Amino acid sequence: MRRVVVTGLGLVTPVGCGVSAAWDNLRSGKSGASRIEHFDVNDLACKVAAVIPRVDGRAGGSPEMSGVFDPDTVMSARDRKRIDDFILYTIAAADEAIAHSGWEAQSTEQAERAGVVLGSGIGGLQSTYDASILLKERGPRRLSPFVVPAMLINLSSGQVSMRHGLKGPNSAVATACATGAHAIGDAARIIACGDADMMVAGGGEASITRLGIAGFVACRAMTTAYNDMPEKASRPYDEGRDGFLMGEGAGVVVLEDYDSAKARGANILAELVGYGMSGDAYHITSPAPEGEGGYRAMKMALKKSGLKPSDIGYVNAHGTSTPMGDELEVRAVERLLGDHAPNVKMSSTKSSTGHLLGAAGAIEAIFSILALRDKIAPPTLNLENSNVETEIDLVPLKAKAFEGKAVLSNSFGFGGTNAALIFTEAE
Amino acid sequence: MSDVLERVKKMVVEHLDAEEAKVTNNAHFIDDLGADSLDTVELVMAFEEEFDIEIPDDAAEHIQTVGDAVKFISEKVG
Repeated sequence: MRRVVVTGLGLVTPVGCGVSAAWDNLRSGKSGASRIEHFDVNDLACKVAAVIPRVDGRAGGSPEMSGVFDPDTVMSARDRKRIDDFILYTIAAADEAIAHSGWEAQSTEQAERAGVVLGSGIGGLQSTYDASILLKERGPRRLSPFVVPAMLINLSSGQVSMRHGLKGPNSAVATACATGAHAIGDAARIIACGDADMMVAGGGEASITRLGIAGFVACRAMTTAYNDMPEKASRPYDEGRDGFLMGEGAGVVVLEDYDSAKARGANILAELVGYGMSGDAYHITSPAPEGEGGYRAMKMALKKSGLKPSDIGYVNAHGTSTPMGDELEVRAVERLLGDHAPNVKMSSTKSSTGHLLGAAGAIEAIFSILALRDKIAPPTLNLENSNVETEIDLVPLKAKAFEGKAVLSNSFGFGGTNAALIFTEAE
Repeated sequence: MSDVLERVKKMVVEHLDAEEAKVTNNAHFIDDLGADSLDTVELVMAFEEEFDIEIPDDAAEHIQTVGDAVKFISEKVG
């Protein structure tokens, strides 16, 4: 199997758009949470979310925050009407990642060996909702021919391939909240097996909609106790946690075969050394007892990497701020790390960004790579009084330095699907 | 007729993001104005909405230029 490295990163997140702005804001402990203002929340139990700060009025997070999203820099208003926001965010993140990598096809053959695996947890939720209302109220003849291409999850892969002329393997992932991590891992395998030399991979999500919020509230998965204090709502491991805060955005990486990246003199940011997957085979929304499914995904990733638990310095947790999920993940990580647990920093960046569902695994893989570069573990905001007993340092409130040559990023999804990624520094 | 022409031109400019000068009576949506097949479907739907008429699919297939649209709509709205 060939070695796979990361050469480009792109982010559109509630704590800022653009890798540099998002990482600065995250490290310094900014929150992307705000009251939802772009649709009616009066009858919803959850009225808060981590919304992309946009120049077109959907302001979210701290007003002074850097990295405000300008949709006009991505495409015209006319073209935006034909896609869903999950595709818009994914395209923006992919543009940044590809530019960052400096990759450009020098020949048709190179373009045919460059592909895309992007995903989304839900896809074009608002587009589907709007089309349903239109169909009911005005009948089938009023449906635009662009409705279906806005709904489909694989259309972010399709759009990005057309925009950048990527003619290699083109696929998509939909594994709920593990989507972004699975997309990166699956794309890496396509390179490792030799079917492509470069892959654009990640996930996007735009489910902060009435249907999205109402649906997750109905699953009893969302925070409802902090509607007047949005920035306090996402509080992984804290005794006051009561469910996740929804986020939106996209994370995209450029992966390359190590030799191809070296040959073109690319700036190698990290190596993806381990990818593990598992299924809980237990329950549609609840994690398996003791987080055993998550544990097996991490164990598989560690085995693939050939590393020892003591090589891991930082864990970017799935940590969604749900009462049960956070605790079970800590137990699973403890089991993986054994005696090394007290030396490790583990934080949940969802405390800042909210839960980006299908984009979460991708933005968190990127945060893990940046953490590894700077040897800084970003903080778990709002972790004031932990009720999860552990020797692992959960990095409350403020970023901390860590030591170690590898980082681990966990993502678990509804349906009992688990993914773990391990990155090391470029050598 | 001239009113229909002006309204159609304006809609074509908006929907296809086309240069105003290129939107002439003979301009072909696909060959001259950069539309694809889905764009033309959407454009015909927009004409239906704007002029409150129904354009059956077999008629829509023959609306390929600005002039075709103006002619069909003018006959319908009489």
